[in-house]
Amino acid sequence: MTSLTNDRVSSPPEKLPDPSPGSRRARNPRAPYVFMLPAVVLFVFSIAVPIMYTAFLSLRTVKVQGLGLGPGSRTEVWAGLSNYGRTLSDGDFLSSVLRVLGYGLVVIPVMLGLALLFALLLDSVRVRARRFSRLVIFMPYAVPAVISSLLWGFLYLPAVSPFTYAADQVGVTLPQPMAPGLVLFAIANIAVWGGVGFNMIVLYTALRSIPSELYEAARIDGCNELQIAWRIKIPVILPSLIMTSVFGMITTLQVFAEPTVLRPLTNNISTSWSPLMMIYRDAFTRNDIYSASATSVVLAVATFVLSFGFLRLVQNRAFAQENR
Amino acid sequence: MSTSTREKPSIVGSGILVVGAIYCLVPVVWVFMASSKSPSDLFSTFTYAPGGSLFDNIAELTDYRDGLFWRWMLNTGLYAGVGAALSTLVSAMAGYAMAKYRFRGRTAIFNILLAGVLVPGVVLAVPQYLLFAKLGMTNTYWSVLLPSLISPYGIYLARIYVSAAVPDEVIEAARTDGARDARVFRSVVMPMMVPGLVTIFLFQFVAIWNNFLLPYVMLGDDRLFPVTVGLSSLLNQGAQQPALYSVVVTGALLSILPLLALFLLLQRFWQVDLAAGAVKS
Repeated sequence: MTSLTNDRVSSPPEKLPDPSPGSRRARNPRAPYVFMLPAVVLFVFSIAVPIMYTAFLSLRTVKVQGLGLGPGSRTEVWAGLSNYGRTLSDGDFLSSVLRVLGYGLVVIPVMLGLALLFALLLDSVRVRARRFSRLVIFMPYAVPAVISSLLWGFLYLPAVSPFTYAADQVGVTLPQPMAPGLVLFAIANIAVWGGVGFNMIVLYTALRSIPSELYEAARIDGCNELQIAWRIKIPVILPSLIMTSVFGMITTLQVFAEPTVLRPLTNNISTSWSPLMMIYRDAFTRNDIYSASATSVVLAVATFVLSFGFLRLVQNRAFAQENR
Repeated sequence: MSTSTREKPSIVGSGILVVGAIYCLVPVVWVFMASSKSPSDLFSTFTYAPGGSLFDNIAELTDYRDGLFWRWMLNTGLYAGVGAALSTLVSAMAGYAMAKYRFRGRTAIFNILLAGVLVPGVVLAVPQYLLFAKLGMTNTYWSVLLPSLISPYGIYLARIYVSAAVPDEVIEAARTDGARDARVFRSVVMPMMVPGLVTIFLFQFVAIWNNFLLPYVMLGDDRLFPVTVGLSSLLNQGAQQPALYSVVVTGALLSILPLLALFLLLQRFWQVDLAAGAVKS
């Protein structure tokens, strides 16, 4: 089983034997609640209450009286949905959303395509250098986005870039990766570099759990490796591909560290490059926590709806494959 | 495998895989080379040419504001190490309760947690900041540590892992011997969960170490920074003082070395089944 199965989750997954009289003595009915307590308290404190407080703030605003000086001249009042109205009609916000969607359309197919390709190669007995490659391709996962952005950021500078150097040797002028039209791809490259190995391992683990009889039979029937990959391996690991896409979508929508770290090295990344950067700018540079709250709620809801909707959309198809 | 001797190696396949590996090595090899260059060589000698100034750079980095960098490293160890260890314990307890007990609210709690998996960490950082600011708790170790302790995905993995790896009969047997719930968990369930716990720990460690936004918004005092936020602030200053770039690059190298070592040591735990939590090894 390789899928994140909701059915496994919602149906009672484990059957407990009826407790015998002997075991009933040792069983404390409060025990499960005690075990759950730290998780529930932390969930409420770190996730539920911040979300509710942010939702509350998103409906508030500050009313300034007079010059806004002195105590009592600034009071918090209800604002209705006006913060949301401002967020949703804000040109900066809309363009950051569009930019990040375009960024996702680059990152997710490239990253997952490469991860799938590498996983299939790792799973093929005819390929050499598998152990080495697996280790090296997975390695970037150990490098946090801040550090990888820093390293790539330097490598993008013309004075450092080995690619500019190589092109100069043969008399070709390469476009600068952090030029206005290309900076999105420069950031996408960092995300692909950081994510491909992890996704490769996920897909490879799924591939390894396929019983080999499944393709021995196909081999005897004369299928080549490519056909086996396309007809057997990919359909079987489809649930894992779906999960990696969902996680990929979530991280893409939240892109923050990469563009923020690159900003000192280029003029082509605005303070509202991604929605999260804009939330940061509103909350900390402009001190407008009410707008930032409304934008946060919109972003959280959008992330949730998109990933949940995607799961729902593809699930039936995925499990139809699985139950065949 | 028996087939490997029969089939001839695929040159194209091996080639693609090796090119992928080289791509992944591009920045890693560079950071080793660049941290050995003197500040004046950093932008002038060939990218992959090593220099002889590694120890000068480390000394320079150590001198920066009386060893602030090493304090950032310790902070990172605290946030990611202690945070991930506590988070693993919390996840194990909750996962065990949901896998092996029937109690009111179990399904509801689990569904809420699953929703939490889909709206994870980073989007929550600003809301968490707003709440902590209201409570006057920002700019403390707790402001980064506390939000890092809850991991819906870790709880999910723990639940699946307990279901798969701890048979009901073992728990029943321990209970029949008179063991109480806490003792069953500590002496019977936890030891059987070790591979799953290592995976949860690694996931959470990487998640905390990767969450840049949370410490970035929570902390104002740079002595509390983790190394990621610290290096990013140094990079910002580099725009005015280019000599700092060498320090930044050396810091980047030193900050990833421990984790690279940890990954290589623990790589057998990285058979990641996103749903089942790496049960196979």
